[in-house]
Amino acid sequence: MKPKNKRLSLIVATMTALAASVALILVAFEDNVVFFYSPSDLLKKRPGPTQKLRIGGLVKKDSIKREPGVTEVSFEVTDLNNSVPVVFNGILPDLFREEQGVVAEGRYREQLFYATQILAKHDEQYMPPEVAESLKKSGKWKGPVELEK
Amino acid sequence: MLVEIGHFALVLALSMSFVQGTLPIIGAHYNKQSWMALARPTALLQLMLILISFVALTIAFLGSDFSLKIVVNNSHTLKPLLYKISGVWGNHEGSMLLWVLILAIYGGAIATWGKNLRPALRARVLSIQGLLGFGFMLFILFTSNPFDRISPAPINGQDLNPLLQDPGLAFHPPLLYLGYVGLSTTFSFAVAALIEGKVDPVWARWVRPWALVAWGFLTSGIVLGSWWAYYELGWGGWWFWDPVENASFMPWLAATALLHSAIVLEKRDTLKSWTVFLAIIAFALSILGTFIVRSGVITSVHAFASDPGRGVFILALLVITIGTAFVLFGWRAPLLKGSNLFQPISREGGLLINNFLLTVASASILLGTLYPLFIDVLELGKISVGAPYFNAVFVPLMTPMILIMGLAPFMTWKRADILVGMSKLKIAGILSILVFIGVWFIKDKATVLASFGIGVSAWLFLATLSELKNRINLFGIPFKESINKLLRQPRGSWGMTLAHSGLAIAVAGMTASSAWKVESIQNMNTGNSINVAGYEFKLEDVRQVRGPNYLATRGIFAVSKHNSNKIIMKPEKRIYAVSQQPTTEAAIEPTLLGDLYIVIGDKNKDGSYITRIYFNPLVPWMWFGAILMVLGSIVSLTDRRYRIGAPSSRKMLRQSTSDPVESINT
Repeated sequence: MKPKNKRLSLIVATMTALAASVALILVAFEDNVVFFYSPSDLLKKRPGPTQKLRIGGLVKKDSIKREPGVTEVSFEVTDLNNSVPVVFNGILPDLFREEQGVVAEGRYREQLFYATQILAKHDEQYMPPEVAESLKKSGKWKGPVELEK
Repeated sequence: MLVEIGHFALVLALSMSFVQGTLPIIGAHYNKQSWMALARPTALLQLMLILISFVALTIAFLGSDFSLKIVVNNSHTLKPLLYKISGVWGNHEGSMLLWVLILAIYGGAIATWGKNLRPALRARVLSIQGLLGFGFMLFILFTSNPFDRISPAPINGQDLNPLLQDPGLAFHPPLLYLGYVGLSTTFSFAVAALIEGKVDPVWARWVRPWALVAWGFLTSGIVLGSWWAYYELGWGGWWFWDPVENASFMPWLAATALLHSAIVLEKRDTLKSWTVFLAIIAFALSILGTFIVRSGVITSVHAFASDPGRGVFILALLVITIGTAFVLFGWRAPLLKGSNLFQPISREGGLLINNFLLTVASASILLGTLYPLFIDVLELGKISVGAPYFNAVFVPLMTPMILIMGLAPFMTWKRADILVGMSKLKIAGILSILVFIGVWFIKDKATVLASFGIGVSAWLFLATLSELKNRINLFGIPFKESINKLLRQPRGSWGMTLAHSGLAIAVAGMTASSAWKVESIQNMNTGNSINVAGYEFKLEDVRQVRGPNYLATRGIFAVSKHNSNKIIMKPEKRIYAVSQQPTTEAAIEPTLLGDLYIVIGDKNKDGSYITRIYFNPLVPWMWFGAILMVLGSIVSLTDRRYRIGAPSSRKMLRQSTSDPVESINT
């Protein structure tokens, strides 16, 4: 090959590699972006049963239920206007408590949110930004200090 | 009193860093020797002052001085000694002080060992370090002063977040910061070189040890953090593609690329502007990581409470530092022309492809990490990008990279014959295909991709060993001579062999633990037993145990396989007395083929406990591989050619490179 052709083929090869990487990234993006809903959004927009999504709010008071003999736990996530029942199979994060902020990832089917993951917090003071957003939207935001109680 | 001394020392260090950041660099421009000579003493003085400040804060923590706000918020008189010390950096303010301390340590190290550097280059490098220190000390004093007092002083503190009261996490931040901030040295060298408009192999030989130091620390910091998440969070996973994790992984990828492109620059005097570019990018990603962790703008599973005002300050620092560097790059980079051309199929070519893939991988992680932030700012909704995205992008990018990693060391510089390399790798190739098929056959047929992953890691491992065998000409010359050759291998080549084979072993661990994890969740009463992955787990007893500052529910499990010897495993759920915060302490029993992993959860109303039992295949391999990689960087560093002051020993270098076999990959 002449040097000129060689350079051309090198450029073509690099461009192809770059295009392939971009295509790879875009395809992966398309499938894996997870939208966030507040409980009120969820009831209004009703996403399909196969769509993966995140919901966030506070764990409703006195809503955590465990049946004897099963490992499944159910609770309600609320933005203090609406709430969504959630079921989750597994060990909850250590800082999971009633009236504390929570973010759950999973799918919404037949009025029930099947969580596959409950996001943990490492810090008691921490409020996930989405949860704060949910509460602001429902007009129940009182600032982080009061919510800690 | 001591606190005031610490505070005052920090303010003095700020002014010292300003002198260090301005006079020497101006002196270098006008060739004023006396101004340039200020670089070293100011760097050392700045280090001393920050050290005083840091020690003062540490003493405040040790003596539980509750007139200091961060001591109140992060300490308690009952806390064990180790966590009183680690409490210094277990919070935002203290960790930023550690950040600038480490920055000053690197500055001091350059000042101490940089005697052989050209005076102008040394003055410029140290000045840039000084300016970085100046920016971050301003940040500390204005937004996050660790010496803020509280009045009246409470009788006791609120304790350190119990999750951080763990030996793994006590050392995680210092190691990670030594890595992050270590990249400031290569950044300073890059910017200084841009100002001078001169990048040459001597420069590269200067930069490589610093890049190696930073890379080694960054690797150990990331691994320690991952290990902590693995045993402390009790989810049985070790990597979650979480923004905070990505924040440390992106600079690691860039630093890895930098390490390799600097080899090309040193050996072949080419890829100049690319190497400089990587040095800038790597540090930019470090500051970005600090921003992501410290600002809390992105929801993270590892999130800690944070203050948005600080985020803005760090973002401004990022924009100023990196913006200036890039303007300089755009202006000066055209001056940096490589002197040597090379064919696409050559060792340079192989390293360039590796660089390309690492950079694209880093960019794709950056996109996935920041995209939710952009969408949020544009008010298009709240989204998150989860692990499936990162896996879908990262794995296909890394697979060809690892395949090439096996082959590239067999290629010669400038121009190589790919067939010659392949022919030397015939056995490694055939064996790894056999491993692939073998694993596929034993395991479930559905996991063909994971079996392929094991095959790929076998390929890298065998190819790396073949390269070593080839280098010492094993079986080609008498065995004794081979052994002699083996002992005379330069440390740099040993470093490569260790790091590459370490990665191979770690990749096997990552693949297997992701694909073949066995998980079982159930309610158990004492006396119950359950079978998981061929092991019998029997819950013998549950006890209440009292620790120094916590109460724990401890499960006693007897674990056995085919009635062999019983192992006792003791998972705990702890409640810390002061914060009433619970933590999970998983019980882990490593075996050659995987970890047995037990978590004990809440007590049910009927008296049973929720337990979660995992078999995590090959996880110990991952840690072992990572240790080999870090070891590789340490061994490389002891290579006599990097003995700081290397440029003076050029003669020695020329002798060793005259032997083509010995020069491979050093």
